[in-house]
Amino acid sequence: MSECYQTRYIYGEALLEAGGRYANVVALDADLYTSTRTVLFRDAFPDRFVDMGIAEMDMMSTAAGLASCDMVPFVNSFAMFLTAHCYDQLRIQICYPRLHVVLAGSSAGLTQGPDGASHQSLEDIALMRALPNMTVLVPADAIETRAMTLAAAGELDGPIYLRLGRYPVPNVHGADYRFALGKAIRLREGGDVTLLACGHMVSAAMGAAQALEGEGIAASVVNMSTIKPLDAEAVHRATRESRLVVTVEEHSIIGGLGGAVAEVMADAGAGVPLLRLGTPDVFGESATADELLNKHGLTPTGICRSVLQALG
Amino acid sequence: MPSIHELERLAVQMRMCIVDMMGSDKAHHFGGSLSAADLMTAIYFHAMRYDPRDPAWPERDRFVMSKGHCVPAQYAALAMLGVFPTAELATLKQLGSRLQGHPAAHILPGIEACTGSLGQGLSFANGMALAGRMRRLDYRVYCLLGDGETHEGQVWEAARTTVRQRLANVTAIVDRNGLKAMDPSYDADDLCRLGGRWEALGWAVREVDGHDMAAICGALDWARAEDKPCAILAATVKGKGVSFLEGQAQYHNAALTREQIAAARAELEGRREQITEVGAR
Repeated sequence: MSECYQTRYIYGEALLEAGGRYANVVALDADLYTSTRTVLFRDAFPDRFVDMGIAEMDMMSTAAGLASCDMVPFVNSFAMFLTAHCYDQLRIQICYPRLHVVLAGSSAGLTQGPDGASHQSLEDIALMRALPNMTVLVPADAIETRAMTLAAAGELDGPIYLRLGRYPVPNVHGADYRFALGKAIRLREGGDVTLLACGHMVSAAMGAAQALEGEGIAASVVNMSTIKPLDAEAVHRATRESRLVVTVEEHSIIGGLGGAVAEVMADAGAGVPLLRLGTPDVFGESATADELLNKHGLTPTGICRSVLQALG
Repeated sequence: MPSIHELERLAVQMRMCIVDMMGSDKAHHFGGSLSAADLMTAIYFHAMRYDPRDPAWPERDRFVMSKGHCVPAQYAALAMLGVFPTAELATLKQLGSRLQGHPAAHILPGIEACTGSLGQGLSFANGMALAGRMRRLDYRVYCLLGDGETHEGQVWEAARTTVRQRLANVTAIVDRNGLKAMDPSYDADDLCRLGGRWEALGWAVREVDGHDMAAICGALDWARAEDKPCAILAATVKGKGVSFLEGQAQYHNAALTREQIAAARAELEGRREQITEVGAR
């Protein structure tokens, strides 16, 4: 078993690195800096850290003002608050003028765990994806998290949503990984089924592919870590080469990766069935991360079972 | 620096620009744009360090129109300064125009912040001031809010941040015209508490007559000299300068007839001549 990492921890280290690399990087936090891991940046660059108190709307608009004056603000909170509580501020003050602001949505998805529905973001990808000018990134592991964080601070422009988690996941990429915006990454080849996954679910999909092999089903696994702009060619290839396309995400099956892939497939008139795995149209609930993943079938075994069922 | 008399003349010119660009038969935000005209004139022509030939000058003072629906007053100021041609004012809200119904910073030079959803401008102004501190630039940031807008909770989140971050270069100006879209902004009891709210959060507060040019300029000078954030609560009249619009909530956002526009223009022409005569004496 390889070592596992929480992407929020790796983000904290990468943000610190970005702060050293770029003098215009600023971090804003709303009373969660040990959880979001911006504490590292705060200690190293106190003059570029803004502790906003528990005022997320104010934080979002303040970040817009900073960005308008050539700073690159990283706005930090739990994914749910960042995307839902300040949607209006984000929409009109940041996305509309296409300001370079990075939203680091921490503890995203079901695996936020015990805090329950109020804290579990199952709609954040859908919300962020609907905003014009927005880039949506969901790193799958530590290596990708670091690369995306540094890219978001440097070469990328405009508003960027970076979805981070607190569930330990193994690295699915090697040290040779290079981030390319809008490029899906094929991690495994198999001619029967293609599993398109993002975030924590990429390693789960790899496990599922292995389990499927035992059942005589060959599965490709693709890391769809850029949700917007989506790599449509990767979806087309999946529809050409597979009997079944499967999306796997720790998010509602409405509007997230599954929704984005469904749109591309429908536009292309692809006559291949699509199985969207994620949470159904429900809110989260208090439990451990593993209990919730089990309940929604978002484990290697659960994904394997759903795929076999869909193949009939 | 223009004299008080010259500023008064410019304020009438601004009101004429506002009435002209809005024109007849289409709904526009007459009331709040006109109530803010004296404040806007003093901010742009008296207080701000600003080079109209270079609206992106990093050291410029910034102005954020938090009550975004009154951006026609800012369009008028920018056109009068020469940031863009006055002729462009007539394109207000037309398809393809840079003069959007609410401020679009990425479309029109001179606009600093996208607003229109109320309550967000002061936070943005704080962000600009923080950037100034980080980049060691000494510019000031002015933010105009509506009194009805201060019902929005985010205004008070921002007001706390300005003080907590010790952003003495931020000045908030509240256009206290007393009316929202439908009703009075505050009842009498509530209004008494408005200044107290800013003070409780640590702001220095001064109340002025928002149509007394000398008083407005005096308050802006005071704010520059103070070593803490200053809020100027300016008592104004909605629709000021056009008598049949004054104090009428129904002209918050309304269409005027051609006759009404002509009457408004005539009244403002009269006022301009009056000021010119006083100046000539």
